[in-house]
Amino acid sequence: MMIPDWLDDFIWTYQNLIHALGVNGLLALAMYVVLAVGQLSLGQAAFMGLGAYSSALMTLKLHLPFYLVLPASCVVPVTFALAIGVPTLRLSGVYLAIATIGLGEVLRAVYINVDLFGGALGLNGIPDIAETWMIYSLLALAIAALWLVGRSRIGRAMEAIREDSFAAAAMGVDVGRYQLGALVTSAVLAGVAGALSAHVSSFIGPNEYGFEPAVTILSYALLGGIGNPLAPVAGAWFLTLLPELLRDLPEIRLAVNGIIIVIVVLFLPRGLLGWRMKRRAA
Amino acid sequence: MNLLTTTGLTRRYSGLVAVDHVDLDIPEGGIHAVIGPNGAGKTTLFNLVSGLVMPSEGKITFAGTDITHMPSHRRAALGLARTFQNIRIFGAMTVLENVLTGAHPRLHASLGAVIFRLPSFRAEEREAVARARAALELVGLADRADLPASGLAYGDQRRLEIARAMAPQPRLLLLDEPAAGMNPAETVALADLVRTIAKTGTTVLLVEHDMGFVMGLSDTVAVLNFGRRIFTGTPAGVRADPAVIEAYLGSRLAAKLQAQMEAQHGR
Repeated sequence: MMIPDWLDDFIWTYQNLIHALGVNGLLALAMYVVLAVGQLSLGQAAFMGLGAYSSALMTLKLHLPFYLVLPASCVVPVTFALAIGVPTLRLSGVYLAIATIGLGEVLRAVYINVDLFGGALGLNGIPDIAETWMIYSLLALAIAALWLVGRSRIGRAMEAIREDSFAAAAMGVDVGRYQLGALVTSAVLAGVAGALSAHVSSFIGPNEYGFEPAVTILSYALLGGIGNPLAPVAGAWFLTLLPELLRDLPEIRLAVNGIIIVIVVLFLPRGLLGWRMKRRAA
Repeated sequence: MNLLTTTGLTRRYSGLVAVDHVDLDIPEGGIHAVIGPNGAGKTTLFNLVSGLVMPSEGKITFAGTDITHMPSHRRAALGLARTFQNIRIFGAMTVLENVLTGAHPRLHASLGAVIFRLPSFRAEEREAVARARAALELVGLADRADLPASGLAYGDQRRLEIARAMAPQPRLLLLDEPAAGMNPAETVALADLVRTIAKTGTTVLLVEHDMGFVMGLSDTVAVLNFGRRIFTGTPAGVRADPAVIEAYLGSRLAAKLQAQMEAQHGR
């Protein structure tokens, strides 16, 4: 396939941004699936870190090929999602949020203090073997799958749980199973996003997966909306592009960034793409 | 065999016995009522039967299965459906989507079938939509299928709850104070709807404190007061029962009424 020169130049110049848009889109979807069942988790950055570190180690120490590393990168995040989700999802309220914040901080301490993870310096020299088309194919697949699932009994059950979990249970919806399923799906998406980002940036460090990125990922979904799977991705792209667009205004960049977010939250409470997808397939 | 049986069913909250050793036998078919003054434990009884509250003591059997400790969603799968006293529809969904959600226990398409839109999934979904439309037809909301549920008038939201509960064609429908907040005309229409539902083969168990609504409708009536079952029998029997009159009107008023009735009969 021939790529015109101007496009090649463009991709080369902006490749970091192009990668970030795709990876952040996947992270926004990881947030979306959990919010879609009425749960608040701040563990998506932690899951991403687990995916990044486990995949980087598989590449660097075990020399596994990337087509094995990528699918395997969700094993560790899913294990942690189950370990956290099974006890906390029985409890309503903020327990999942608190437990997942804790997970992020504990893992950060582990990455810093255990030699295997490279300590405070992180892991260097990860080969950049993930391709842009892989990131965007997976993003497109994830959006399509979430779309199709959303328009079925599963999507209806998820929205019912979000609106009224007691009524949903009385309608025969196994609330706990759906919420755990959503958390596991979230861990898969975030883990894969972590593996992709690690293999396009050649370096990962312990501070990339802490509390601040966790809140940023949450704001993707809040800004974009959770009525359909395109909305959180739009939120992620908006918040990823905005700092780039304001690059010429370095003094007021952060202020403008903040003001725009406040305006969107105040005047578009359902998000940038606030419409709600249909929930039936016939 | 009875469709629903509770034996010694008890629910204690700290310092309060909301439901106190209640025995109920609801036969298959017909319309049955549990009545009682406010605070008699009717809604707690319903929450125990539908699994939203777990009993402190006692046993619940539904269609021959012990469901005492079964979670709510599995009871729904056995054919137990309910409505709520304080309406709990899914407001953001459309009217039709609410009813489709009610049909959840009848839908079994796997995740793979859903994602790949296999013919089995499509057929199941089509059938579910047809059934949901039929349930909306039953309650008279067919023309509002695609509106957001939160936009319906109060009485229509109650009807939607009934349609949602009827979507899986349950064996037993629990109606929690269905006439609450309705005007007399709406109440009459509701009574007709409940009779129609009973004719489809679904057994109806309803909780009410409006005695008038229950009397003309029910085949059997059980009366609760302070968590205890103080009467069970026919609607005609309820009217004549001194304990029921006392529960509803208080002992002094009941005595006065009794005296008046005796005076009238004496004349």
